[in-house]
Amino acid sequence: MTGPENATELVRHAPGAHEAGAAILPGRTTTPGYDFLRGVWRENPVLVQMLGLCPALAVTNTVANSLAMGLATFFVLTGSSLLVSTFKNWIPKEVRIASFILIIATFVTIADLTLAAVVPDIHKALGAFIALIVVNCMILGRQEAFASKRPVGRALLDAFGTGFGFIIAMVMMGSIRELLGNGSLLGYSVFGDSFEPWIIMILPPGGFLTLGLILIVFGWWRGRKAAEVPRVRRWPHGVASRRAA
Amino acid sequence: MSADLFWILVSAMLVNNFTLHLFLGLCPFMGVSAKIATALRMGAANIFVLTITSLVASFLNAYVLPHAPYLRLISFIVVIASLVQIVEMTIKKVSPTLFRELGIYLPLITTNCAILGLAIFQTNRGYGFLEGLAFALGAGLGLTLALVLMASIRERAELADIPALAKGMGLVLIVAGSLSLAFMGFAGLATP
Repeated sequence: MTGPENATELVRHAPGAHEAGAAILPGRTTTPGYDFLRGVWRENPVLVQMLGLCPALAVTNTVANSLAMGLATFFVLTGSSLLVSTFKNWIPKEVRIASFILIIATFVTIADLTLAAVVPDIHKALGAFIALIVVNCMILGRQEAFASKRPVGRALLDAFGTGFGFIIAMVMMGSIRELLGNGSLLGYSVFGDSFEPWIIMILPPGGFLTLGLILIVFGWWRGRKAAEVPRVRRWPHGVASRRAA
Repeated sequence: MSADLFWILVSAMLVNNFTLHLFLGLCPFMGVSAKIATALRMGAANIFVLTITSLVASFLNAYVLPHAPYLRLISFIVVIASLVQIVEMTIKKVSPTLFRELGIYLPLITTNCAILGLAIFQTNRGYGFLEGLAFALGAGLGLTLALVLMASIRERAELADIPALAKGMGLVLIVAGSLSLAFMGFAGLATP
């Protein structure tokens, strides 16, 4: 059995780590499926890249709030990626960041007004955090790194994947916090009346603690997976000798 | 009147701390909190930009936005971004020493949600010019306090025997959770 120190060592030197890093370099061709799936799991914006943390911690005290925030962000990300990718040849390089932010702000205004009209309760609970989608670094990051360089279809796939990954992370946080902090899911009681709710989980400290524990569990899981790799790939001698030759 | 201003400042600094209670400005909180010296500089840059933002937001709220409320978000973000750019160029020209001290932090602050958050909260609560200034100063001091506390703990944690699994972001988040818990002790000290 390997200790924790060995596990992290293996993560750093795992054969897959280098390949994963190389695949995201711009200019390298990727398949449409990869463009979609990358954002969902392997480069999940919240759980792996640590982007968009403010909403992920601030509004995830119930599943309903998390889902509304996730969907609003998904809409803004998809809309902005579509527009940026469509107009990428008309946007001058020097003012591209300002143009991206203007496009994002427009979609956030649409989302803000729509939520206020359709679900006023949730709009009130989310408060200023809807407007703060503008400064979610995840959205600007996707425009700069992907949508402004790729064709419209791929940009949309990437936005769907990243947005979906964001929703997954939000709902995961929201479920854990609502389940432990309130004993319910989506407002329906799960544990019954005898359950003593952990109030701390729906208060601000609970957000930090939940995300911290999720990251530690994922790190442990990834360390275990990486530790298995050397045993599975027994044949790299041949590869190594071919490279040397 | 002055007592009100004082309580707005204390409330923004301790009770509703921007980082630990409202989750604003987490990127610098996670990113540049490894050393106390850089944390202090980042805090100073934040106080500076927050104060200017508050002035601009008061101006926009008083003269521009009553005519076009739907432009609120767009006008805030455009004005803040261009203002930080102008401030950066001015400091570079007037005081190169200070510019080197602030370094990369000044442009980074533009995309910091605490800045836009301040403008939006100030508008939502209907703060005027002076209240806005007190709010911005309190928020900036609160951010600096959180940053410096976090940096001190992380400097000590460097020497501690922490399980390898918890090192990195996991540890930072757990520590932030404990800090946030500690700051909840200020609840009831002042009402916003």
